[in-house]
Amino acid sequence: MRTPSQTVGPFYSIGLCRTPGNELAHDGVELAGTLFDGRGEPIPDGMIEVWDAAARRWGRCGTHPAGDFSFRVPAEAGHLEVYVFARGLLRHQWTRVYLREDEDDELLKSLPPGDRETLVARHEAGRMRFDIHMQGDRATAFFAH
Amino acid sequence: MSADDSEVQVDWPDYRSTEWRVPRRPLVTLPEELHRLDGPVFGEDVLGPSDNDLTRQHAGEPLGERILVHGRVVDEDGRPLRGALVEVWQANAAGRYRHDVDRHPAPLDPNFSGAGRCLTDDDGRYSFTTIKPGAYPWGNHPNAWRPAHIHFSLFGRAFEQRLVTQMYFPGDPLFPYDPIFNAVRDSKARELLIARFDLAATEPEWALAYEWDVVLRRTPVEDA
Repeated sequence: MRTPSQTVGPFYSIGLCRTPGNELAHDGVELAGTLFDGRGEPIPDGMIEVWDAAARRWGRCGTHPAGDFSFRVPAEAGHLEVYVFARGLLRHQWTRVYLREDEDDELLKSLPPGDRETLVARHEAGRMRFDIHMQGDRATAFFAH
Repeated sequence: MSADDSEVQVDWPDYRSTEWRVPRRPLVTLPEELHRLDGPVFGEDVLGPSDNDLTRQHAGEPLGERILVHGRVVDEDGRPLRGALVEVWQANAAGRYRHDVDRHPAPLDPNFSGAGRCLTDDDGRYSFTTIKPGAYPWGNHPNAWRPAHIHFSLFGRAFEQRLVTQMYFPGDPLFPYDPIFNAVRDSKARELLIARFDLAATEPEWALAYEWDVVLRRTPVEDA
Protein backbone atom coordinates (compact mmCIF):
# COMPACT_ATOMS: atom_id res chain seq x y z
CA MET A 1 0.00 0.00 0.00
CA ARG A 2 1.40 3.36 -0.95
CA THR A 3 1.29 6.64 0.89
CA PRO A 4 -1.84 8.56 -0.15
CA SER A 5 -1.69 11.94 -1.81
CA GLN A 6 -2.85 15.11 -0.08
CA THR A 7 -3.37 18.59 -1.47
CA VAL A 8 -0.48 20.96 -1.95
CA GLY A 9 -2.66 23.57 -0.19
CA PRO A 10 -2.57 27.35 -0.66
CA PHE A 11 0.84 28.00 0.89
CA TYR A 12 3.07 25.64 -1.12
CA SER A 13 5.15 28.49 -2.53
CA ILE A 14 7.10 28.95 0.72
CA GLY A 15 8.48 25.47 0.22
CA LEU A 16 8.35 24.78 -3.49
CA CYS A 17 8.90 28.15 -5.19
CA ARG A 18 11.76 29.62 -3.21
CA THR A 19 13.86 30.04 -6.33
CA PRO A 20 12.72 30.55 -9.92
CA GLY A 21 12.52 27.20 -11.66
CA ASN A 22 10.65 27.92 -14.86
CA GLU A 23 13.55 28.11 -17.32
CA LEU A 24 14.13 24.76 -19.01
CA ALA A 25 16.19 26.35 -21.77
CA HIS A 26 17.78 29.77 -21.46
CA ASP A 27 17.31 30.65 -25.12
CA GLY A 28 14.07 28.70 -25.55
CA VAL A 29 10.58 29.81 -26.47
CA GLU A 30 8.15 31.19 -23.93
CA LEU A 31 5.27 28.89 -23.07
CA ALA A 32 2.64 30.85 -21.15
CA GLY A 33 -0.86 30.16 -19.96
CA THR A 34 -3.53 30.56 -17.33
CA LEU A 35 -4.98 27.91 -15.03
CA PHE A 36 -8.79 28.16 -14.87
CA ASP A 37 -11.39 26.60 -12.58
CA GLY A 38 -14.83 25.35 -13.62
CA ARG A 39 -16.37 28.82 -13.36
CA GLY A 40 -13.80 30.26 -15.72
CA GLU A 41 -11.99 32.00 -12.86
CA PRO A 42 -8.19 31.98 -12.81
CA ILE A 43 -6.72 29.78 -10.06
CA PRO A 44 -4.24 32.00 -8.22
CA ASP A 45 -2.81 29.32 -5.94
CA GLY A 46 -1.98 26.51 -8.33
CA MET A 47 1.37 25.14 -9.38
CA ILE A 48 2.44 23.75 -12.73
CA GLU A 49 5.35 21.38 -13.28
CA VAL A 50 6.55 20.49 -16.76
CA TRP A 51 8.89 17.68 -17.82
CA ASP A 52 10.56 17.41 -21.18
CA ALA A 53 11.25 13.67 -21.00
CA ALA A 54 13.19 13.66 -24.29
CA ALA A 55 15.67 16.36 -23.27
CA ARG A 56 15.42 15.56 -19.55
CA ARG A 57 14.59 19.11 -18.54
CA TRP A 58 12.17 19.97 -15.79
CA GLY A 59 10.55 23.16 -14.54
CA ARG A 60 8.06 24.47 -12.02
CA CYS A 61 5.99 27.65 -11.85
CA GLY A 62 3.38 28.86 -9.36
CA THR A 63 0.26 30.63 -10.63
CA HIS A 64 0.35 33.32 -7.98
CA PRO A 65 -1.10 35.95 -8.01
CA ALA A 66 -3.39 35.95 -11.08
CA GLY A 67 -3.55 32.35 -12.25
CA ASP A 68 -0.80 32.76 -14.85
CA PHE A 69 2.27 30.66 -15.44
CA SER A 70 5.11 30.78 -17.91
CA PHE A 71 8.12 28.67 -18.85
CA ARG A 72 11.00 29.00 -21.22
CA VAL A 73 11.18 25.66 -23.01
CA PRO A 74 13.48 24.19 -25.66
CA ALA A 75 12.43 25.44 -29.10
CA GLU A 76 12.85 21.94 -30.49
CA ALA A 77 10.61 20.30 -27.87
CA GLY A 78 7.70 18.37 -29.31
CA HIS A 79 5.68 17.94 -26.17
CA LEU A 80 6.04 18.24 -22.41
CA GLU A 81 4.41 16.30 -19.61
CA VAL A 82 2.42 18.62 -17.32
CA TYR A 83 1.42 18.15 -13.70
CA VAL A 84 -1.15 20.47 -12.12
CA PHE A 85 -1.22 20.99 -8.35
CA ALA A 86 -3.59 23.26 -6.42
CA ARG A 87 -5.58 23.79 -3.30
CA GLY A 88 -8.68 21.67 -3.89
CA LEU A 89 -6.76 19.00 -5.79
CA LEU A 90 -6.22 16.15 -3.37
CA ARG A 91 -4.06 14.56 -6.04
CA HIS A 92 -2.15 16.25 -8.85
CA GLN A 93 -3.51 15.95 -12.37
CA TRP A 94 -1.50 14.89 -15.40
CA THR A 95 -1.82 16.30 -18.88
CA ARG A 96 0.51 17.07 -21.77
CA VAL A 97 1.22 20.11 -23.90
CA TYR A 98 2.16 19.73 -27.57
CA LEU A 99 4.19 22.59 -28.98
CA ARG A 100 3.34 21.48 -32.49
CA GLU A 101 0.68 19.27 -34.02
CA ASP A 102 2.05 15.83 -34.63
CA GLU A 103 -0.12 13.73 -36.93
CA ASP A 104 1.84 10.59 -36.10
CA ASP A 105 1.62 10.92 -32.34
CA GLU A 106 -0.15 7.84 -30.97
CA LEU A 107 -1.68 9.61 -28.01
CA LEU A 108 -3.00 12.55 -30.03
CA LYS A 109 -4.39 10.17 -32.64
CA SER A 110 -6.21 8.19 -29.98
CA LEU A 111 -8.12 11.20 -28.66
CA PRO A 112 -11.38 12.61 -29.98
CA PRO A 113 -10.82 15.98 -31.74
CA GLY A 114 -12.34 17.98 -28.88
CA ASP A 115 -9.88 16.48 -26.40
CA ARG A 116 -6.96 16.65 -28.81
CA GLU A 117 -7.13 20.39 -29.24
CA THR A 118 -7.00 20.98 -25.47
CA LEU A 119 -3.42 19.63 -25.51
CA VAL A 120 -2.00 21.72 -28.35
CA ALA A 121 -0.42 25.09 -27.58
CA ARG A 122 -1.16 27.90 -30.00
CA HIS A 123 1.08 30.62 -31.37
CA GLU A 124 0.54 34.04 -29.85
CA ALA A 125 2.71 37.10 -30.52
CA GLY A 126 6.14 35.53 -30.30
CA ARG A 127 5.28 32.93 -27.73
CA MET A 128 3.21 29.80 -27.26
CA ARG A 129 0.00 29.83 -25.25
CA PHE A 130 -1.41 26.87 -23.34
CA ASP A 131 -4.35 27.48 -21.02
CA ILE A 132 -5.46 24.75 -18.64
CA HIS A 133 -9.16 24.39 -17.77
CA MET A 134 -9.90 22.06 -14.87
CA GLN A 135 -13.59 21.75 -15.80
CA GLY A 136 -16.25 23.02 -18.21
CA ASP A 137 -16.81 23.07 -21.97
CA ARG A 138 -13.14 23.65 -22.65
CA ALA A 139 -11.89 21.24 -19.98
CA THR A 140 -8.37 20.01 -20.59
CA ALA A 141 -7.95 16.26 -21.14
CA PHE A 142 -6.31 14.76 -18.04
CA PHE A 143 -4.76 11.31 -17.86
CA ALA A 144 -5.38 8.44 -15.45
CA HIS A 145 -2.32 7.74 -13.34
CA MET B 1 -1.20 0.56 -14.44
CA SER B 2 -4.34 2.30 -13.28
CA ALA B 3 -5.17 4.77 -10.56
CA ASP B 4 -5.60 3.29 -7.13
CA ASP B 5 -8.90 4.89 -6.24
CA SER B 6 -8.82 3.68 -2.65
CA GLU B 7 -5.87 5.99 -2.10
CA VAL B 8 -7.62 9.35 -1.93
CA GLN B 9 -11.04 10.38 -3.17
CA VAL B 10 -10.29 13.45 -5.25
CA ASP B 11 -13.97 14.29 -5.71
CA TRP B 12 -14.71 14.93 -2.05
CA PRO B 13 -17.33 17.65 -1.46
CA ASP B 14 -16.60 17.93 2.28
CA TYR B 15 -13.41 19.68 1.16
CA ARG B 16 -15.09 22.64 -0.47
CA SER B 17 -12.21 23.76 -2.68
CA THR B 18 -12.62 20.59 -4.72
CA GLU B 19 -15.93 21.77 -6.22
CA TRP B 20 -14.71 23.86 -9.15
CA ARG B 21 -11.26 22.35 -9.49
CA VAL B 22 -11.57 18.58 -9.70
CA PRO B 23 -11.79 17.30 -13.30
CA ARG B 24 -15.34 16.11 -14.02
CA ARG B 25 -14.75 14.32 -17.30
CA PRO B 26 -13.41 10.76 -17.37
CA LEU B 27 -9.63 10.61 -17.32
CA VAL B 28 -7.88 9.46 -20.49
CA THR B 29 -6.37 5.99 -20.26
CA LEU B 30 -2.84 6.07 -21.64
CA PRO B 31 -1.06 3.27 -23.49
CA GLU B 32 1.16 1.18 -21.24
CA GLU B 33 4.47 2.55 -22.54
CA LEU B 34 3.59 6.06 -21.38
CA HIS B 35 3.50 4.72 -17.83
CA ARG B 36 7.21 3.95 -17.95
CA LEU B 37 8.56 7.49 -18.21
CA ASP B 38 11.60 8.44 -16.19
CA GLY B 39 11.35 11.55 -14.07
CA PRO B 40 13.76 14.36 -13.25
CA VAL B 41 16.83 13.67 -11.12
CA PHE B 42 18.18 16.29 -8.75
CA GLY B 43 21.68 16.71 -7.36
CA GLU B 44 23.34 18.30 -4.36
CA ASP B 45 23.39 21.61 -6.23
CA VAL B 46 19.71 22.17 -5.40
CA LEU B 47 20.47 22.10 -1.67
CA GLY B 48 21.42 25.13 0.39
CA PRO B 49 23.08 25.26 3.81
CA SER B 50 20.68 24.38 6.66
CA ASP B 51 18.09 23.17 4.17
CA ASN B 52 17.48 20.11 6.34
CA ASP B 53 17.53 22.01 9.64
CA LEU B 54 14.64 24.45 9.83
CA THR B 55 15.76 25.59 13.29
CA ARG B 56 19.04 27.04 11.97
CA GLN B 57 17.99 29.21 9.08
CA HIS B 58 17.98 32.51 11.01
CA ALA B 59 20.04 34.38 13.59
CA GLY B 60 18.00 33.02 16.49
CA GLU B 61 16.13 29.82 17.24
CA PRO B 62 12.45 29.46 16.40
CA LEU B 63 9.92 29.11 19.20
CA GLY B 64 8.22 25.78 19.65
CA GLU B 65 8.85 22.15 20.36
CA ARG B 66 12.05 21.04 18.60
CA ILE B 67 11.61 17.75 16.75
CA LEU B 68 13.47 15.42 14.43
CA VAL B 69 11.51 13.93 11.55
CA HIS B 70 13.11 11.06 9.72
CA GLY B 71 12.24 8.02 7.65
CA ARG B 72 12.74 6.17 4.40
CA VAL B 73 11.41 6.70 0.91
CA VAL B 74 10.71 3.32 -0.70
CA ASP B 75 8.56 2.00 -3.51
CA GLU B 76 5.69 -0.45 -3.17
CA ASP B 77 8.14 -3.34 -3.54
CA GLY B 78 10.14 -2.02 -0.59
CA ARG B 79 13.03 -0.84 -2.74
CA PRO B 80 14.73 2.29 -1.37
CA LEU B 81 14.65 5.37 -3.56
CA ARG B 82 18.10 6.85 -3.49
CA GLY B 83 18.75 10.52 -4.27
CA ALA B 84 15.04 11.36 -4.08
CA LEU B 85 14.38 15.07 -3.60
CA VAL B 86 12.25 15.63 -0.49
CA GLU B 87 10.86 19.14 0.02
CA VAL B 88 8.90 20.17 3.13
CA TRP B 89 6.98 23.21 4.27
CA GLN B 90 4.91 23.90 7.34
CA ALA B 91 3.28 26.40 9.69
CA ASN B 92 5.19 27.67 12.71
CA ALA B 93 4.46 26.57 16.27
CA ALA B 94 1.57 29.06 16.45
CA GLY B 95 -0.08 27.65 13.33
CA ARG B 96 0.95 30.46 10.97
CA TYR B 97 2.63 30.13 7.58
CA ARG B 98 5.15 32.67 6.37
CA HIS B 99 2.98 33.39 3.33
CA ASP B 100 1.28 36.65 2.36
CA VAL B 101 -2.08 34.93 1.86
CA ASP B 102 -2.18 33.41 5.36
CA ARG B 103 -4.47 35.65 7.41
CA HIS B 104 -4.65 33.59 10.58
CA PRO B 105 -4.13 36.11 13.43
CA ALA B 106 -1.35 34.13 15.08
CA PRO B 107 2.18 35.50 15.36
CA LEU B 108 4.85 35.02 12.73
CA ASP B 109 8.19 33.86 14.06
CA PRO B 110 11.11 35.92 12.74
CA ASN B 111 13.34 32.89 13.22
CA PHE B 112 11.25 30.43 11.26
CA SER B 113 10.68 30.24 7.50
CA GLY B 114 9.12 26.77 7.60
CA ALA B 115 10.73 25.33 4.48
CA GLY B 116 13.38 22.68 3.95
CA ARG B 117 14.69 20.06 1.57
CA CYS B 118 17.07 17.17 1.34
CA LEU B 119 18.05 14.23 -0.83
CA THR B 120 17.62 10.66 0.38
CA ASP B 121 20.78 8.64 1.00
CA ASP B 122 21.68 5.26 -0.52
CA ASP B 123 19.20 3.53 1.78
CA GLY B 124 16.39 5.96 0.91
CA ARG B 125 16.70 7.79 4.23
CA TYR B 126 15.86 11.44 4.83
CA SER B 127 15.83 13.54 7.99
CA PHE B 128 14.89 17.03 9.05
CA THR B 129 15.21 19.03 12.25
CA THR B 130 12.29 21.41 12.75
CA ILE B 131 9.70 22.51 15.30
CA LYS B 132 6.29 20.93 15.70
CA PRO B 133 3.77 22.94 13.65
CA GLY B 134 0.58 24.25 15.25
CA ALA B 135 -3.00 23.56 14.23
CA TYR B 136 -4.78 26.41 12.46
CA PRO B 137 -8.30 27.43 11.38
CA TRP B 138 -9.04 27.41 7.66
CA GLY B 139 -12.67 28.39 7.05
CA ASN B 140 -13.75 25.29 5.16
CA HIS B 141 -16.76 24.91 7.46
CA PRO B 142 -17.71 26.42 10.85
CA ASN B 143 -14.89 25.99 13.36
CA ALA B 144 -12.69 24.12 10.89
CA TRP B 145 -9.14 23.43 12.11
CA ARG B 146 -6.41 21.56 10.30
CA PRO B 147 -4.63 18.92 12.38
CA ALA B 148 -0.93 19.73 12.75
CA HIS B 149 0.92 18.59 9.65
CA ILE B 150 4.07 18.97 7.59
CA HIS B 151 3.70 19.16 3.80
CA PHE B 152 5.96 16.79 1.86
CA SER B 153 6.82 16.84 -1.85
CA LEU B 154 8.74 13.88 -3.27
CA PHE B 155 10.27 12.80 -6.58
CA GLY B 156 11.11 9.17 -7.14
CA ARG B 157 12.90 7.74 -10.19
CA ALA B 158 9.89 7.37 -12.43
CA PHE B 159 7.74 10.29 -13.54
CA GLU B 160 4.63 8.76 -11.98
CA GLN B 161 6.27 8.27 -8.59
CA ARG B 162 5.78 11.99 -7.97
CA LEU B 163 3.91 12.55 -4.71
CA VAL B 164 2.75 15.56 -2.73
CA THR B 165 1.26 14.70 0.62
CA GLN B 166 1.07 15.67 4.30
CA MET B 167 2.55 14.04 7.40
CA TYR B 168 0.42 14.12 10.55
CA PHE B 169 1.27 13.52 14.22
CA PRO B 170 -0.02 10.56 16.23
CA GLY B 171 -3.10 11.00 18.40
CA ASP B 172 -4.25 14.31 16.96
CA PRO B 173 -7.78 15.04 18.29
CA LEU B 174 -8.65 16.89 15.06
CA PHE B 175 -8.43 13.81 12.82
CA PRO B 176 -12.16 12.97 12.85
CA TYR B 177 -13.09 16.50 11.77
CA ASP B 178 -10.62 17.11 8.95
CA PRO B 179 -12.02 16.57 5.42
CA ILE B 180 -8.59 16.60 3.80
CA PHE B 181 -7.30 13.77 6.00
CA ASN B 182 -10.60 11.91 5.65
CA ALA B 183 -10.65 12.19 1.86
CA VAL B 184 -8.49 9.09 2.21
CA ARG B 185 -11.42 6.75 2.74
CA ASP B 186 -9.53 3.65 3.82
CA SER B 187 -8.52 3.75 7.49
CA LYS B 188 -5.37 1.72 6.87
CA ALA B 189 -4.36 4.13 4.14
CA ARG B 190 -4.98 7.09 6.48
CA GLU B 191 -2.63 5.51 9.00
CA LEU B 192 0.13 5.74 6.41
CA LEU B 193 -0.12 9.53 6.73
CA ILE B 194 0.60 9.49 10.47
CA ALA B 195 4.15 9.53 11.80
CA ARG B 196 5.23 7.24 14.63
CA PHE B 197 6.66 8.70 17.83
CA ASP B 198 10.22 7.39 17.87
CA LEU B 199 11.72 7.38 21.37
CA ALA B 200 14.89 5.65 20.16
CA ALA B 201 15.67 8.49 17.74
CA THR B 202 14.92 11.18 20.31
CA GLU B 203 17.96 13.23 21.26
CA PRO B 204 18.02 13.39 25.07
CA GLU B 205 17.88 16.91 26.49
CA TRP B 206 17.38 18.25 22.96
CA ALA B 207 14.54 17.05 20.73
CA LEU B 208 11.73 14.52 20.39
CA ALA B 209 11.63 12.41 17.25
CA TYR B 210 9.08 11.09 14.79
CA GLU B 211 9.56 8.47 12.12
CA TRP B 212 7.60 8.53 8.89
CA ASP B 213 8.24 6.33 5.87
CA VAL B 214 6.87 7.25 2.47
CA VAL B 215 5.84 4.56 0.00
CA LEU B 216 5.81 5.62 -3.64
CA ARG B 217 4.19 3.61 -6.38
CA ARG B 218 5.95 0.65 -7.93
CA THR B 219 9.04 1.44 -9.98
CA PRO B 220 8.28 0.47 -13.59
CA VAL B 221 10.28 -2.43 -14.91
CA GLU B 222 12.83 -1.29 -17.48
CA ASP B 223 12.47 -2.66 -20.97
CA ALA B 224 14.98 -5.39 -21.73
